[in-house]
Amino acid sequence: MNTPKSLNRRRFLGTTAASLAAASLGGLSARPAVAQTALTVGFIYVGPKDDFGYNQAHAEGAAAVKAMEGVTVLEEENVPESQDVQNTMESMINFDGAQLLFPTSFGYFNPHILEVAPKYPDIRFEHAGGLWTPENPANIGSYFGYIGMGQYLNGIAAGHATASKKIGFVAAKPIPQVLNNINSFLLGARTVDPSITCQVIFTGEWSMAVKEAEATNALADQGSDVITCHVDGPKGVCETAVSRGAYVCGYHADQSPLAGDLYLTGAEWNWAGIYTDMVAKTQAGEPIDNFVRGGLAEGFIKMSPLGPAVSDAARAQFEATRAEIEAGGFAAIKGPLNDNRGNVIAAAGEAFVETDIALESMDYLVEGVLGSTR
Amino acid sequence: MRLMLGAEAVVIPLGALLAGFAAFSLFLLVLGKSPVEFFALVWKAGFSSAFSWQNTLSRSAPLVLAALCVALPARLGLVVIGGEGAIVLGGLAAGVTGLAVGGLPGVLGMGLMAAAGMVLGGLWIGAVGALRIKRGVNETISSLLMAYIAIALFNHFVEGLFRDPGSLNKPSTAPLAESLRVGDMPFISAHWGVVAGALACILCWILLEKTTLGFAARIAGDNIRAAQVQGLPVGPLVIGFTALGGAFAGLAGFFEVSAVHGSANGSLIAGYGYTGILVAFLARHNPLAIFPVAILLGGFEASSGLIQRRMDLPDATILVFQGMVFIIILLSEALYGRFAIFTPAYWERR
Amino acid sequence: MDPVDIGLWGVPLAILGGAIRVSTPFIFVSLGECLTERSGRINLGLEGTLVFGAMSGYAMAYETGSPFIGVLAAAVAGMLFGLFHGWICKFEGVNDIAVGIAMMLFGMGLAFFLGKPYIQPVAPDLPAIGFGWWSDIPQVRAALQVNVLFIAGGILALVMAWMFRSTRVGLVVRVVGDSTDAARAIGLNPDVVRLLATGAGGALAGVGGAYLSLYYPGSWSEGISSGQGLMAVALVIFARWNPINCFWAALLFGGAGALGPALQSVGVSEGYYLFFAAPYVLTLGLLILTSSPDRAMQGAPLALSLTK
Repeated sequence: MNTPKSLNRRRFLGTTAASLAAASLGGLSARPAVAQTALTVGFIYVGPKDDFGYNQAHAEGAAAVKAMEGVTVLEEENVPESQDVQNTMESMINFDGAQLLFPTSFGYFNPHILEVAPKYPDIRFEHAGGLWTPENPANIGSYFGYIGMGQYLNGIAAGHATASKKIGFVAAKPIPQVLNNINSFLLGARTVDPSITCQVIFTGEWSMAVKEAEATNALADQGSDVITCHVDGPKGVCETAVSRGAYVCGYHADQSPLAGDLYLTGAEWNWAGIYTDMVAKTQAGEPIDNFVRGGLAEGFIKMSPLGPAVSDAARAQFEATRAEIEAGGFAAIKGPLNDNRGNVIAAAGEAFVETDIALESMDYLVEGVLGSTR
Repeated sequence: MRLMLGAEAVVIPLGALLAGFAAFSLFLLVLGKSPVEFFALVWKAGFSSAFSWQNTLSRSAPLVLAALCVALPARLGLVVIGGEGAIVLGGLAAGVTGLAVGGLPGVLGMGLMAAAGMVLGGLWIGAVGALRIKRGVNETISSLLMAYIAIALFNHFVEGLFRDPGSLNKPSTAPLAESLRVGDMPFISAHWGVVAGALACILCWILLEKTTLGFAARIAGDNIRAAQVQGLPVGPLVIGFTALGGAFAGLAGFFEVSAVHGSANGSLIAGYGYTGILVAFLARHNPLAIFPVAILLGGFEASSGLIQRRMDLPDATILVFQGMVFIIILLSEALYGRFAIFTPAYWERR
Repeated sequence: MDPVDIGLWGVPLAILGGAIRVSTPFIFVSLGECLTERSGRINLGLEGTLVFGAMSGYAMAYETGSPFIGVLAAAVAGMLFGLFHGWICKFEGVNDIAVGIAMMLFGMGLAFFLGKPYIQPVAPDLPAIGFGWWSDIPQVRAALQVNVLFIAGGILALVMAWMFRSTRVGLVVRVVGDSTDAARAIGLNPDVVRLLATGAGGALAGVGGAYLSLYYPGSWSEGISSGQGLMAVALVIFARWNPINCFWAALLFGGAGALGPALQSVGVSEGYYLFFAAPYVLTLGLLILTSSPDRAMQGAPLALSLTK
């Protein structure tokens, strides 16, 4: 890890205000003898890190890294996916000697990480989203979790809870990950009752509080009595759904404090394990795979504890399916299955398991989802 | 003596800047944080090294052009606050044109892209001017409404008609050919948009201060009725100046697409149009002042990250800082003409 | 009570419900700005005041357990912002529009800065009155859940219109707004009148913010306002400085905003970005239709910097 960059850092510590150096070193020296190589890790978030959602999930992972020995954690929030994030990455490297960066927003990858990484071949860039391909620089890695399975389990809880046989989904944009979540949510519910339909409303924005609340109201107006979402901060959707008396399935992070008894369960990211693992590997000088993915079994995602409204029957099916998914090779998308325009997605006997790369370019909504991909 | 008269325009804002720093220092002291550390970090992150300048300049590049979209119409007394719309549509036009001209040599292709961005941006804000002249529609509200409409159109097309099917999880137009990407300037890794912005400021200054058009615009800005009585072509002036401002905003969109993003996508909607309003007003709509003001703003923003990390302060600290400093700079405008030392009379007496 | 299948009736119902739910911040901010502009000042910084009101209202409601104390706190905070703006702008040579933009930055910055600890806690909501008791349909009942602030906003619009038309206070504001010199000639102090009008306008904008965080969408976060404050200032021009028109403009804007999600929920889902732009397109269209070059700024206070 003795790259020229760490020299920069030492030089910096020597020249800035003494109080500053003392403050940042004081934190380290208070700990018992530093056994591991000192490592500076930077986390960059696109929104506020306590948004009950996407950014909070990452910040919880960063908090786990902070507790590790010999690690200095840098965090920066509300960094837009523009020139700004390139500057932030370079600033963390040049001014703070960061050796490992976690730019966590999806849109940071192309062009921003791809632009900066070649300039700093000794720095490791780990991006959440799974976009790395072998043509990209070797000092970039990407990781992602099969959270669609979490939405499938959400769907099972929802399928048991719904009385109207209509469930609702507030979504940001019709991109493959979101479509996969919507489809999984409905398919999970349909294992309970094949007559269930799922209404989807796209807001077109990752974070727009009033629009998300309006979308939730529109879903409730059309009779949806279980609502989940895929937007950056699910707070508004949860609270509005609760005010309309609808059950809530969470997403990104645990929203049970917001929804109380109406919270069924939720599909959460569990970045702490991945982050501490990657940091430990870097400290030990071991390589990290450029392409890291996992699901429930690998601990990349987890489910919120089941709420009080979940029936025993639902609980039994939920746990059985969770065990099946954790065993590996599970497929939510399996034949015979059509999309909601009548095209065949999977013929009888055909199945796309959770790890299937074809799912990552999903451009359809399955039969039973009311909504359009454009 | 001439030097002293000109010095007023430098001394007062600088003094106000220092007063703003002092006010913010008080805020920090109340919080128990060190102002010395704060300003050392702002200096370090924004202005102290080649990397700092790269960071600062690349942040200020879009602000300069966005500010011209406010300053030019302001010369006619118009308050245009919807430059954001021209930026995103200019970027879309440039991105789409780039796909059509991929076979042409780089410079020619980029020229066409820039032209497309400027034309669409110019039409968009020019329409604001035309609505004002032809229908009496207030330009402040129409430009704001049109900015929201522009963003909706932008999203509609980027995620529909012009979407690259390969852009799976981040809807974008197809990536531009490498030959159509505006590169960095020599010695510093900030793109040529900085130079374009500086040139645009100089051109606008010449237009406003050294041509009869600029003179006519100023008369019309002071009093439209009087200008009409004198037979000045108020209508064409309004439409021309708004369109030119929009063209510069469109050019900012071109640079964002060609130099930064490599395609038109949602990341283009970054609020530069709104920050540009502030830059223009702080510069008192003087094109030559726009450039340094944008650099100051860019430098402040460049330091935000370091301050978050080193001082354990939230990212909003820089917003508070900017707000305080800018309010005091604007307040200092009341001081112009109040100091005897800057007046001709003082010097004639000696 | 089970939901009833209301099908396409969902669209008009959503527009009605949306108008009631979404319009309140627009009503308060535009009424506040209307008062300020009628006195001859423009405060473009109400977006910052709105956001600060949202934060301070939420924080105080959480700390005290009473949403009404939250609203009061937001009003006081908004008033302070307004008074500050009004005080700065009394100095000759200071541009009120520019100060407004800087105040917007300052207000938002301060709100985000002080509001970090209040993102996670849950504060009590403002109560709503159910005007849908006559209906058996839960969706109608939900749409007719009318918040007390909405009703207050409606009453305020009437009172303000009456004030401008028939009271001495209204007359004073109008005289000052139309001519600084004339006001001085009859012994009024324009600076004081404008200071008070800007302070009152700020207080109203703060209340609008409190509605966002304490009722709909009902929580404090940094993304709580998506430009409602700025838009509401613009709506004043659309409403031609008439408080009653401000109320209708806000309703129109809120109702049109509900169109996008409602159409998707009944199956009209292609081109949703364009439906989401409905409030802006509709407002612009109406503005173009109702304007004419001869009466460009009809109803505008003559001393307003925007109209010179």
